[in-house]
Amino acid sequence: MRHLRSFGRFWWDFVVGDDWLVVALVALAIGATAALAHSGIAAWWLMPLAVVLVLWVSLRRAVARG
Amino acid sequence: MNATFLVLSAFLASAVEMVEALTIVLAAGLARGWRSALAGLGAATVALAVAVAALGPALTVIPLSALRLVVGALLLVFGLQWLRKAVLRASGFKALHDEDAIFARELAEAQSAARVERAGVDWYGFTLSFKGVLLEGLEVIFIVLTFGSAQGSIPLAAAGAAGALVLVAGVGVAVRAPLARVPENAMKFAVGVMLTTFGIFWSAEGAGAHWPGSDASLLGVLAFVVLLSLALVRMLRRERRLRLRAAEVRA
Repeated sequence: MRHLRSFGRFWWDFVVGDDWLVVALVALAIGATAALAHSGIAAWWLMPLAVVLVLWVSLRRAVARG
Repeated sequence: MNATFLVLSAFLASAVEMVEALTIVLAAGLARGWRSALAGLGAATVALAVAVAALGPALTVIPLSALRLVVGALLLVFGLQWLRKAVLRASGFKALHDEDAIFARELAEAQSAARVERAGVDWYGFTLSFKGVLLEGLEVIFIVLTFGSAQGSIPLAAAGAAGALVLVAGVGVAVRAPLARVPENAMKFAVGVMLTTFGIFWSAEGAGAHWPGSDASLLGVLAFVVLLSLALVRMLRRERRLRLRAAEVRA
C-alpha cells in the first residue's frame, strides 16, 4: 500500500507539479477548443488565449504564496 | 524549420536534465565512492532503456491526432510549469538555480549519511545516483519520445538528446565538477518556451482546430510565447521593485 501511494505520488509530482490549477485550466481549454472545432467554428486562437490566463493566474498564486 | 526546432528543443531540454543528473552523480561519487555512484548510474541507464523499449513502439501505433492531443496537453502542462518557474526566477521572486549550491548540499548530505554495504556497493551512493539519473532521465525520455512521435520523427529528437548526452558527459568527465558555468537558467527559460509552444500547437490540433498556415504557424506561436513571457517578467520585476521600495519605506 505504501509503495502504491508513493508510486501515485511520484506520477502526481511528475505530471501535475506545484500547481494543480494549471492542469485543470489546460484540460478546460482543450475541451472548449474541441467543442468549438466540432461545431465548425475556428478554434485555433483559444489555446494561446488560455495560456495567457493560465500563466497569469499561476504566477499570481506563486507570488501570493511567496 | 520544424526539424531544426525539434532537434534544438530535444537538445536543450535533455542538456538541462543531464546537467542536473551529472551534479547528483558527481556528489555521490565524490562523497561515497565511484563504484557505488557508477553502479547506480548503470542500473538507472538499464531501467531507462527498458522504459524506452516499452514506450517507444507503443507510441508509434497510437493514431497521430490522439497522440498529438495527449502529448500536446502533457507538454503544455510541463511547459507552463517550467515557464512559470523561469519567469519567477527572472523577475527575482524565486532564487536562481545554482548548480554549485545544489552540489554542495548533496555532497554534505552524502558525506553525513551512514555507510551500509549491500552486494559490495555503498547503498546510499548507489540509490542517490540511481534515483537522480532515473528521475532526470525519465524527463528526457518523455520529452524525446513525445516530441519525436508527435512530429513524426523519434530519431531526430533522439539525435538532439544524444548530442546533449555526449556534450554534458564529455565536459563532466573532463572537469569533474558541477557544470555551474552552463547558462542553466536561460536554458530552462528556453525549454519552457519551446515546450509551451509545441504544447499549444499540438493540443489545439489534437482537439480538432486547424492553424492558419498549418505548420508554419508554429513560428507565430513561438513568437507569441516569447513575447508573453518577456512581458510577464517585466511586469513582475516592476512589482517586485515596488514591493521592495514599500518595504524600505516601512522600515
